[in-house]
Amino acid sequence: MKDIAPGLETLEYVFPGERPAGDFAPVLAGVVGSGNLEVLVEPAPGSDCSIRIETSARGFGGIWEAVVRDFHARHPLAGVRVSINDMGATPAVVSLRLDQAVSELTP
Amino acid sequence: MNVHLSYAECPARERLQRIVDPGSFHEWLPPAERLTSPHLAALGVPSSFDDGVAIGRATLAGRPVFVAAQEGRFMGGGVGEVHGAKLAGLLRRALRDRPHAVVLLAESGGVRLHEANAGLIAVSEVMRALLDVRAAGVPVVVLIGGANGCFGGMGIVARCADRVVMSDVGRLAMSGPEVIEASHGVDEFDARDRALVWRTTGGKHRWLTGDCDALVEDDVEAFRAAAIASLDASAPVTLETLEAEHALLAARLALLADVSHEDDAVALWSRLGVADAARVGDLDVDELRALRPA
Amino acid sequence: MKDDIAMNWNTLATALFGADHALRQDGDLLSGTATFDDQPLAVIGTTNHASIGVRLALAQARAVLDAIARHPGRPILLLIDTQGQQLRRRDELLGINRAMAHLGMTIDLARRRGHRVLGLVYDQALSGGFITSGLVADACDALPEAEIRVMRIPAMARVTKLPETLLARLSQSNPVFAPGVDNYVAMGGVRRLWRGDLRAALREALREAPREDRRAQDGAARGGRRLAAAVVQRVLDAA
Repeated sequence: MKDIAPGLETLEYVFPGERPAGDFAPVLAGVVGSGNLEVLVEPAPGSDCSIRIETSARGFGGIWEAVVRDFHARHPLAGVRVSINDMGATPAVVSLRLDQAVSELTP
Repeated sequence: MNVHLSYAECPARERLQRIVDPGSFHEWLPPAERLTSPHLAALGVPSSFDDGVAIGRATLAGRPVFVAAQEGRFMGGGVGEVHGAKLAGLLRRALRDRPHAVVLLAESGGVRLHEANAGLIAVSEVMRALLDVRAAGVPVVVLIGGANGCFGGMGIVARCADRVVMSDVGRLAMSGPEVIEASHGVDEFDARDRALVWRTTGGKHRWLTGDCDALVEDDVEAFRAAAIASLDASAPVTLETLEAEHALLAARLALLADVSHEDDAVALWSRLGVADAARVGDLDVDELRALRPA
Repeated sequence: MKDDIAMNWNTLATALFGADHALRQDGDLLSGTATFDDQPLAVIGTTNHASIGVRLALAQARAVLDAIARHPGRPILLLIDTQGQQLRRRDELLGINRAMAHLGMTIDLARRRGHRVLGLVYDQALSGGFITSGLVADACDALPEAEIRVMRIPAMARVTKLPETLLARLSQSNPVFAPGVDNYVAMGGVRRLWRGDLRAALREALREAPREDRRAQDGAARGGRRLAAAVVQRVLDAA
């Protein structure tokens, strides 16, 4: 974990993917409002699923790790890049938004 | 089947998709291009991939239009450097490419204070670009119906457009009630008095005084219909139109010269010729529409 | 000190046009016709750090309309000293945003009809007080000691919920918050500062101010606002 600036925390995770997502148009779910987040899912080269989070709610790395692990267990996508801008969403809202984004992936 | 969908509760992107012809929206500078704010991180505030505004081209009733939708839930829809440049760029492109109309789904507190100076200059650039488009005969239509209203510099930008459509939920003004209360006290403006806030800045009031050109229900379909009806609403600015506007605004100012603080909304409507002005707050949109003085 | 003296509107007018400048102050409103280089110049503006409400916005608009109607092509100088828009419920009820837009549109029409319109911030300019006057002119210049800002820090802290101490610190160094005119020049919002010979500066402005909006390019070239022009260009070029 590294801070990109005072006040924002950046977290990055990489998982080995299983289910190739193929090529698709980028998907955006959610809005960066208080207690909310936006999730951008894009195709990426290779077979990993990489997840990058920028959040104003600092110090929750352990919880983020658990949430993204669960997400990847539900959707073990390969060749995907997930980018998140977060303003203090709860784990439930994060999971919801991630699932929502994945549900909108179309080839 | 006509499903009622609240415009106020819809996210900006969904409003946009549902107002233009289905599937016709092509976005410019989409989120994947990551044109985010260069100023927010230093304040510990997260950015948004589209900096709070989606812009692009689409069709409306088959006619090519340029559109923008501000997301009120991101930074209150405030205009920052990139957000403002997207709007200014859209308008400059409209000047070059001459679509049938430009439709702005406005929901904004005005200048994004977190970007202060950059936001102020940006709003000014949007204003000048909008007036260029208007002068070229391409109508600019502003839709106002979000929960955050259209305030500050965007409240001025809206009144530079050819046409303004509001719902009764929408608000159009310059300073927010909280700022006025903070400045001059609760007796000046009680920001928690919702009825007072809407009597002062809401769609019904603006309809009765002519500060908006159409009043609709809080419904996406209704906004779409109003946008379509506005497609040919080009209203060039001339010395004559400005003199008429001046006379209207000066007369309105004079109307309230002797009216006390509390009664002023009802007094204004009444003096403008609205029948049964005291009942305005109880009326629904359909009933209210008929009351606007000619 | 010369710069302090220049902030008084009458002293400024005298320095520009001579002691018999014939400009009048009526409350917070300044108006009149000056003669500069043997040509008439319409002067419209505000003083006393004016709060711009519906009345004062309309008064300025009236003066612009009169210039358009009676004196085609006459240059217009907007003298700006304001603490921003008037923060009163009555003004909101009456549609101050509409009155401000009206003022802006009179200036815009004047420009389209060939009037040179120049803004000069000679004391203070806050946000709503000059967004539809100086900022929609051909160009907005300023005196070096002028103060330009969006909002005072305590109010900004209340609205943004950012700590006042953080904003105060940022306003010392961060161009986005710093109120100095040099900063506005760097961002492209102000075209030029009038140093030294004020008459020469006015002459230069009348001759050189652009007719199209170049502020984003200026902000990029001067380094104070690096993204705006590039983003506009990307929109123009987008597929």
